[in-house]
Amino acid sequence: MKVLVPVKRVIDYNVKVRVKPDQSGVDLANVKMSMNPFDEIATEEAVRMKEKGAATEVVVVSIGPQPAQETIRTALAMGADRGLLIQTDQTVEPLAVAKLLKAVVEQEQPGLVIMGKQAIDDDNNATGQMLAALLDWPQATFASKIELNGASAANVTREVDGGLQTLEVQLPAIVTADLRLNEPRYASLPNIMKAKKKPIDVKSPGDFGVDITPRLKVSKVTEPPKRQGGVKVESVADLVMRLKNEAGVL
Amino acid sequence: MAVLVIADHDNTAVRDTTLKTVTAAQKLSGDIDVLVLGQNARPAADAAARIAGVRKVLLAESPALGKMIAEAVTDVVVPLAANYDAILTPATSAGKNFSPRIAAKLDVMQITDVIEILDANTFVRPIYAGNALETVTSSDAKKVITVRPTVFKAAGEGGAAPVEIVSATGDAPKTRFVGEEVVKSDRPELGAAKIVVSGGRALGSAEEFQRVIEPLADKLGAAVGASRAAVDAGYAPNDYQVGQTGKVVAPDLYLAIGISGAIQHLAGMKDSKVIVAINKDGDAPIFSVADYGLVADYKTAVPELMDELSKLGK
Repeated sequence: MKVLVPVKRVIDYNVKVRVKPDQSGVDLANVKMSMNPFDEIATEEAVRMKEKGAATEVVVVSIGPQPAQETIRTALAMGADRGLLIQTDQTVEPLAVAKLLKAVVEQEQPGLVIMGKQAIDDDNNATGQMLAALLDWPQATFASKIELNGASAANVTREVDGGLQTLEVQLPAIVTADLRLNEPRYASLPNIMKAKKKPIDVKSPGDFGVDITPRLKVSKVTEPPKRQGGVKVESVADLVMRLKNEAGVL
Repeated sequence: MAVLVIADHDNTAVRDTTLKTVTAAQKLSGDIDVLVLGQNARPAADAAARIAGVRKVLLAESPALGKMIAEAVTDVVVPLAANYDAILTPATSAGKNFSPRIAAKLDVMQITDVIEILDANTFVRPIYAGNALETVTSSDAKKVITVRPTVFKAAGEGGAAPVEIVSATGDAPKTRFVGEEVVKSDRPELGAAKIVVSGGRALGSAEEFQRVIEPLADKLGAAVGASRAAVDAGYAPNDYQVGQTGKVVAPDLYLAIGISGAIQHLAGMKDSKVIVAINKDGDAPIFSVADYGLVADYKTAVPELMDELSKLGK
């Protein structure tokens, strides 16, 4: 079974995000970029399936500017087999990404697509569900455990409000990865060297005949209102007195 | 223009998140219908009918809808969509799961986690874990929206809307519900609690977390939360997690114990009315958002706090 893993290049999760003074967006110049952390988890899961013999090939796809090749290389260094970059400098919304991925799925015919539940830049948490809708495939989002039942179905445990839910989905299916699915590995130096020789195919959105015009126009990006820090209290007794008398919350 | 709100409920009543989403819907239209999906959910539909300002309630039931399987939900909602200009869902884990599927079926780009509605086409939503807010204008004729419930007020009672049954199959032929582990607790639900007590990595172990945080929460009648660092370290279960990757909460009182205040945690609690931080590191970022900060080791501060609360009769 082939596993497809879509990955996104985003601002590194340790970087403090700065809004541009002209409110046109977030400053990405000279900022460290990395693979979306949830996509790393998805890649790790696919690679583990291959190591266990459950997957035959792991294909990584990214949609974005030319440097997104580096993100694909990271996945190849973790153990994925080959990459596809759909290169564009335009903003690509989850709906357009899902349409492009649908076209890729139709070409590649994977048995399973594993992807991050959410990108940490636009925080939409939508692409996996949208891809499942367009393909009419079952979806199992926010996965913390995936157990394959042969090549025909998978039991997926999902993180939901109040606990865990387990679904059995028939394959092919879309699974989106939550934080606790696994701990992604660090690529070893030999694997990083090996990844340089793995193939990355480069295409454009036009090659798939998909219109990626955004449906949402961003008119401005602002900083959230700053919360003022309050006072430091000297003792627990002082704290409780203030919570009762000043704040009125006890 | 009419708006459909997809209810979040527990079969017997609608949750607060639904009431808040109705308030958000009122910014778009006076014609608000509420869709209740579930199994044996008639009492929840009757409760939805009593929400002030609701025109009618639609009820669809099936085993798959009882588990809110996304495919089944989509199967019911998409045919109804022709009657509405906007479909609003509270951004709970269930809503986040099915709403984008509905949007894609309608060829609409979802507007996610809306915190402000400026007009029928223009919305404000957080990005980058709440470190920036973007204002977006949608060119889609129909809007599919998830609403961050914590920022809207709950709609009141006093309605008497009719309940109509929707005859959709609500099937999910390729997905089977296997089981669930619901954390049973007498504590209030994290998303709806008036007081939240959260612990961080400073607690050092799951045993310590249970020994220190949980009794304090119980004394205050509070829900228990945790930072992602504490969850990742295994001190607390994932559904305790407060933050951009967990739950977004806005209680009257938020007590952060041994939490340093990573950006992603602050994104999940900074709309709380009153924030208290107890941390032995006086430079911890949590103090920059706390109304009341106490620089102290939780090991001494929490027992003292328990004593002081006892004196108040808690």
